[in-house]
Amino acid sequence: MPRSRSRSVAGGWPALAAQALLLGLVMLAVLWLTRNAATNLQARGIPMGFGFLGLPAGFDIPQRLVPYQPSDTHFRVFLVGAANTLLVAGLGIVFATIVGLVAGVLRLSRNFLGRALATVYVEGARNTPLPVQLLLWYSLMLAAPPPRDAIQLLPGFFLTNRGLYFPTDTIPRLEGFGFTGGASLSLPLAALLLGLIVYTGGFIAEVVRGGLQAVPKGQTEAARALGLKEGHVLRHVVLPQALRVMVPPLASQYLNLTKNSSLAVLIGYPDLVAVFGGTSLNQTGQAIEIIAMLMAFYLAVSLSISAFMNWWNSRTAVWERRT
Amino acid sequence: MNRPRAARSPIAWVRANLFATPADAVITLALLLLLLWIVPPIARWAVIDATWTGETKAACDRGGACWAVVTARWRQMLAGFYPSNQLWRVGLAMLLLAAAVLPLAVSRWTRFILIAGPLGVAAAFAVLAGVGPLANVGTEYWGGFFLNVLIGVAGMMFSLPIGVLLALGRRSRLPVIKGLCVAFIEFVRGVPLITLLFMASVMLPLFAPAGASFDLLARALVVVTLFSSAYLAEAVRGGLQAVPESQRDAARALGLGPLRTTVLIVLPQALRISIPAIVNSFIGLFKDTTLLFVIALLDVMGVMRQALADYAWQGVDAEGYAFVGLVFFLACFGLSRWSAALERRRDRRPELERPLTEPA
Repeated sequence: MPRSRSRSVAGGWPALAAQALLLGLVMLAVLWLTRNAATNLQARGIPMGFGFLGLPAGFDIPQRLVPYQPSDTHFRVFLVGAANTLLVAGLGIVFATIVGLVAGVLRLSRNFLGRALATVYVEGARNTPLPVQLLLWYSLMLAAPPPRDAIQLLPGFFLTNRGLYFPTDTIPRLEGFGFTGGASLSLPLAALLLGLIVYTGGFIAEVVRGGLQAVPKGQTEAARALGLKEGHVLRHVVLPQALRVMVPPLASQYLNLTKNSSLAVLIGYPDLVAVFGGTSLNQTGQAIEIIAMLMAFYLAVSLSISAFMNWWNSRTAVWERRT
Repeated sequence: MNRPRAARSPIAWVRANLFATPADAVITLALLLLLLWIVPPIARWAVIDATWTGETKAACDRGGACWAVVTARWRQMLAGFYPSNQLWRVGLAMLLLAAAVLPLAVSRWTRFILIAGPLGVAAAFAVLAGVGPLANVGTEYWGGFFLNVLIGVAGMMFSLPIGVLLALGRRSRLPVIKGLCVAFIEFVRGVPLITLLFMASVMLPLFAPAGASFDLLARALVVVTLFSSAYLAEAVRGGLQAVPESQRDAARALGLGPLRTTVLIVLPQALRISIPAIVNSFIGLFKDTTLLFVIALLDVMGVMRQALADYAWQGVDAEGYAFVGLVFFLACFGLSRWSAALERRRDRRPELERPLTEPA
């Protein structure tokens, strides 16, 4: 909001002096902290710098998208962990959006049962801490029976204490002591995904509800008056308009999901924080460098998601102008 | 959404609300089947076949949930290892914390929150740690659900003044101040809490002068406070943006300087507008306290995990976590209803504009 009266730019010399003083203090503090760290690290015999990235890691990582073996370097560990984090975040975002969309629409539906169940789900998911949910899902999955007594969730989907099996081009089949065919998720991955989807889905449902309620009622009524079916009213008239309102809060939910995927460390899924911030850090003691890299990674992901959502936002805005 | 009720008889209600169209009927039947499939087994496990008391897992032989793990250790879940004969101090501390939060609930006291909040929390800490005639109780004995409440409320009350300063700084026209505030807020909001907690447990000792040592609880509190202040800054910024410019103009016309305009005119209104956002932010922070066990604090999760690691309670993890989840659900659901009520009350006040942006 432009000010009607403007004082001299940036408040004159007292303000300038105060800022210079503040900047000086911040720099002094940084200097002091760095000196402390240098002294402490020297006392413990830990070299500063990123040289450790080239050293062999020497430990195994159970799940990886990037080829890896224990003789690979810590930098490789970083890549494997980052890929694992991105895998969970990507899958989580897609499925949480679907769950949130369904629950959000149901919360506004005419159907009493749908409304009630969606409300129970949304309130339950949002008001229970995610770490507790993750540990609960994981302990329930660990209590699943061994493969020969596998629980068939849906045709072709089997839950066992070794993992979740699902069909791809072939259907998983019990053979000897395990399943062959199809594909599988490890239990930690399955529990992490389930927890992230359930939790974030609840928040996305509220975003969806807010977006739908922001569309003027006249739009729905006009679409009905044109003779569109309920499903088409939702899909072609209400949702496209609601989407514009939903984009900024949706972006922040996606960011939250990505950040929350770091809770993987609680249930032993080898994400970036678990393998690089956990095992690599314990082995090398390079706390400052490793945590700086972790933070840089999450900041980069945050910035990419906001950039993508901004681009999407501008695209939906153009659609509006055409109509 | 208020829809006009077409008819009053139960059958008409069922037809209108459950079977209005063929599609509705399909959805209703599918959801009913889902309920029938899910609810009875859960009810049987959690209530009907459950065991409620016992000394070890062996007592749970009825095939259902083993809630005995909760009842056997309820005192630790509540207050950790705080000495039994001093438990009244935990109760007193809770009352002090409640008093610290009170200005959030009473709108004419809102302006005192920045002072009364930290003071109330400090008093609670004094009672718990021991001042004057009270015996010292080291923080390693503090724990259980009360520790979650303590860290949640303390983090909130200490971070509120910092958050207000950050929010004001972010709106400042002075580039250095604005830049530092934006950098801090965006940095903290961009990284997961768990990395900040790891940072506190591994990095703080590195950055401290050689030989200095920090209490574990103090470290957690520093991290939680800084973390929360970045989120609160965004909540308060929404409130600051919602205070009409005319208020500032009027204050200036009365001859108030910039400092007094901010402290006496703008902030009280901005805080009152941001209260729902502040309470929502508190709910998030309170839920986040379940993560503190990763740095070995014995909050309710830490105590529960200790119990579950005990040989006597092998294999009752689901019950343990379900119980903690239920406790947090009740607390957070209640808080969120309260926050919604505050929001409705605020929006009824004609003299206050709604915030233009309300950060999540």
